[in-house]
Amino acid sequence: MKVGIIGIGHGKFGNRSDATVQELAFEPFKEAIENANNLRREDIDALIVGSVPEYHMQRSLPGVVAEYVGMNPKSTWLTEAACASGSAAIRTAYMSIKSGMHDIVAVIGVQKMRELSTEEILALMGRVGDVQWESIFGTTFPGYYALYAKRHMYEFGTTKEQMALVAVKNHFYGAMNPYAFFQKEVTKERVLGSDDVASPVNVFDCCANADGAACVILTNEKLAKKFNDTPIWFEGLGSASAQMSLLRRPNLVEIPSAIEAAKQAYSQAKVKPSDISVADVHDCFTIAEIMAYENLGFCDKGKGGKFIEEKQSYIGGQTPVNVDGGLKAKGHPVGATGVSMTTEIVKQLRGEAGKRQVSGAEIGLTHNVGGIGQYTFVNILKR
Amino acid sequence: MPFKYFGKINFTPYTKVDKFSDYLQKGKLMGTKCKICGELYFPPRADCLKCMSDTFQWIEFSGRGKLHSFTKIYAAPKGFEDIAPYTLGVVDLEEGGRLISWIGDIPENDLKINMKVKVVPRMFEEIPEIKLYYTIEKQ
Repeated sequence: MKVGIIGIGHGKFGNRSDATVQELAFEPFKEAIENANNLRREDIDALIVGSVPEYHMQRSLPGVVAEYVGMNPKSTWLTEAACASGSAAIRTAYMSIKSGMHDIVAVIGVQKMRELSTEEILALMGRVGDVQWESIFGTTFPGYYALYAKRHMYEFGTTKEQMALVAVKNHFYGAMNPYAFFQKEVTKERVLGSDDVASPVNVFDCCANADGAACVILTNEKLAKKFNDTPIWFEGLGSASAQMSLLRRPNLVEIPSAIEAAKQAYSQAKVKPSDISVADVHDCFTIAEIMAYENLGFCDKGKGGKFIEEKQSYIGGQTPVNVDGGLKAKGHPVGATGVSMTTEIVKQLRGEAGKRQVSGAEIGLTHNVGGIGQYTFVNILKR
Repeated sequence: MPFKYFGKINFTPYTKVDKFSDYLQKGKLMGTKCKICGELYFPPRADCLKCMSDTFQWIEFSGRGKLHSFTKIYAAPKGFEDIAPYTLGVVDLEEGGRLISWIGDIPENDLKINMKVKVVPRMFEEIPEIKLYYTIEKQ
């Protein structure tokens, strides 16, 4: 029996010092219930929260979220897979429904990151690398992606200009997304002239830490039509892992977990990369989007730079990517990101994306990477 | 010298491979070798990834290798602000395995991917709590 999405909700991403984490979670949850027809909160059997607990002052998040959104005494729990926690929660929801354990499951991805200083976040995120042999030298998240970027440049001739073009594209679309942190366009010159973070990565090559929440509600094929005329179905769900330590990875020019997860998702959905109408990929850094084009098979290995240069990832190009602005423009509230990606693909497949609509979108893909590639979830959805 | 002295900030004072820091203090860069299947490891591992044996021996690595990638860190995490900006390099070691560390005395303009380098054991002697580390130098 198929599993599909009947309701979506998305809160404003950005600096949300106006709200607590549970207040953030409430916004998209309410919207997602209203987004489904005739769904009542009491119809929902379980609430899964996707989040990274270390960023919050509040401990044990599902407890406070379930109470605040009014889900007690229903089942609730947390899933964590670093920046892919939201997609991990969705996978858990899918499994819960597929197994018959639950009929209707809500997933809230939520994160409030701006309770911490940038230095503290850099230290926390740096420790997503191996702390025994790497973090002791002051590695950072941008630093890890910089190591990928430098090697990608060396092996394939990828340039800083090509990286900058990813930021230009994502801000171009982000300017049309009312939920995005940054709703304005940037020029290539602005990106290239922005401050150094970890060479060759500049500030404008990085996504921003943000607060925010998103929600999707899933159910089985039997119930879906009751709550939505156009349920969006999960056709393929890929999930894979890779070494925690970059020192044990086969190379630094690709994310092996992304390649493996994509392979699983394509084969399960019985589609090819060229069948994808629209994709939301994990552009935590501009080089990450370039590697995503390659790892998802939208272009050959090493040709990711060329792919953006030729505008193949714009609407009208071969495969439109991150036409909601991506992490780059939306901001990256880590636990919310995978759920946010999923809401965008649902909108695109329903034909509700407005100015950013990819016309006739039939098959969508989400690619959510956790950490520096330790976890990747790739989902393929169809209308 | 206890493993807690390895690195500017050490997050893992207890490990089955804590002899690493004793050797490093003596100027030796050591990896491990699985006693059953002979697989070599750097960073050291107490338990073999390949055959799952939990018996290993220490093997001295030459420190020679090639620079795999590098980056200059401007935005430093907490505890490293005082030494920023600093350049990190990833080295493919001659015997196999990889390490990450600071680039030592190689001028920025001379840094090139694939250049031959040597990893040199060091101590932070200028601070009271002596800490062990290693740097990447020209071969």
